[in-house]
Amino acid sequence: MNWTAVATIYKAEMARFWRTFLQSFISPVLSTSLYFVVFGSAIGSRIQEVDGVEYGAFIVPGLVMLSVITQSISNASFGIYFPKFIGNIYEILSAPINFLEVVAGFVGAAATKSLFIGTVILCTASLFVDLSVQHPLAMVAFLVLTCLSFSLMGFIIGIWAGNFEQLQLVPLLVVTPLVFLGGSFYSISMLPPVWQAITLFNPVVYLVSGFRWAFFGQADVPVLLSLCAIGGFTLACMGVIWWIFKTGWRIRA
Amino acid sequence: MAAILSIRDLRKVYSGGFTALKGVSLDIEEGEILALLGPNGAGKTTLISTVCGITTATSGSVAVGGFDNVSHFRNARALIGLVPQEITLEPFTKVLDTVTFSRGLFGKPADPALVEEVLRKLSLWEKRDSRIMDLSGGMKRRVLIAKALAHEPRILFLDEPTAGVDVELRKDMWEIVRELKAGGVTIILTTHYIEEAEAIADRVGVITGGELLLVEEKEQLMARMGQKQLEVQLTAPVGVIPASLSQHNLQLVNGGGALLYTYDARAERTGITTLLNDVAQAGLVLADVQTRESSLEDIFVGLVSGGPASKGAAAGDAA
Repeated sequence: MNWTAVATIYKAEMARFWRTFLQSFISPVLSTSLYFVVFGSAIGSRIQEVDGVEYGAFIVPGLVMLSVITQSISNASFGIYFPKFIGNIYEILSAPINFLEVVAGFVGAAATKSLFIGTVILCTASLFVDLSVQHPLAMVAFLVLTCLSFSLMGFIIGIWAGNFEQLQLVPLLVVTPLVFLGGSFYSISMLPPVWQAITLFNPVVYLVSGFRWAFFGQADVPVLLSLCAIGGFTLACMGVIWWIFKTGWRIRA
Repeated sequence: MAAILSIRDLRKVYSGGFTALKGVSLDIEEGEILALLGPNGAGKTTLISTVCGITTATSGSVAVGGFDNVSHFRNARALIGLVPQEITLEPFTKVLDTVTFSRGLFGKPADPALVEEVLRKLSLWEKRDSRIMDLSGGMKRRVLIAKALAHEPRILFLDEPTAGVDVELRKDMWEIVRELKAGGVTIILTTHYIEEAEAIADRVGVITGGELLLVEEKEQLMARMGQKQLEVQLTAPVGVIPASLSQHNLQLVNGGGALLYTYDARAERTGITTLLNDVAQAGLVLADVQTRESSLEDIFVGLVSGGPASKGAAAGDAA
């Protein structure tokens, strides 16, 4: 491994994060706070407990997931799409580094950013509601794996995208609906049986469920299944990226 | 000297079916400056991109310092610096940061003193804290060069370094290239400008339609450039060149109405006086005399237009 190169890419990507601090950091924090005000306080005060958890607290894991997934995808996809768009990707392609090093730098930075944002949101949330974490290690594991896997997915989207519109397309049309319909703001046990079954095809359900289990000890699906789902998704993304670099798809003519 | 870059039968067919390189073979010696001349779409950039690993070859091989650029890409690429044709820089980064980035990307340990030296050499040190977007086009080009030099390449590719650059900056670039050569760096540059090849290259390669038509010492090409032609127009056409003029290696043109004499203008004796004396003694009457020069540009145009005259043009006997 060319660790100097990995660290160089990582630092340059993190530098962009600090450069666009308002956009990268304050806006997700602000929008999450708004969610709390609207769902947690205004509407949540009229909702009974869900699975024995106060509604305001119940939505915290879902909210963190929503932000972390969105941020991971947008950070990673933009990170690799931007050099493609400008043309300075030539430097990465001609450098003595392999795909693992490129991915480690870009995805590592994107995952770090969203991990940071996720942590900040958790801290923000704890100002609004009483939060207890029953399984801290599992919580960290789910958070880190989600940041990592969706950053990998974002990286793929960034390589696939041919223009800025396409860059927004997958997050907007696929990811946001999946997250909203993945039980971020409700327990899937609240759905009619048919929809409960259909929902199980939504991968985000497993993430939110596992993450929520880490907080409250209750899950919609078995926690091991959640862990397998996120692990499998990470491996699948790695596989796709390996194939991309092997074939040069959309990056190397 | 040993070849630092060895290209063997390199072919590139793009996925759309376009053949950009049709079996290019080329050896580049350590420390030389090679200029690749060719029209747009000749395959110059594809050749460079394939050597650098930005595009993958369809077939053929490239060895950089003895390392295959696919199986030993780390060793091979570490030796190469690339200055692309287009200005491709992230607009929001600062000069010093982007140049330092390039060094790290190639796995070299941080060396602020070396980066400073590179920036000073390129007159960029004063601009080190400027953002790329605030620089002029010429400065951006210098930044591209600085980025390529920051990781101390043994081979530097300059893809049209002076396209759209003003005369002064072009002269500066040439000076930089000469200094790099003095430092032992091998330089391969592509250009449209024949005068650029003349000014700085040791060897000149002409590429068109994906084929390398010739690679030659510049001095030899310059010798061709030095060749001039004298056309002696006669008042009355002749059927054959008189035997007394046979030693002059003349050609009969214009249906016998003129004699064409090719000579080396840089030679000590051009032979013009003797020729004209002999023409008069042969009883021919001169109507007019014209000279014309075959330039490297003529040679180049003749070569890339690919007509049957191309070889002749290269030999300088058809203008």
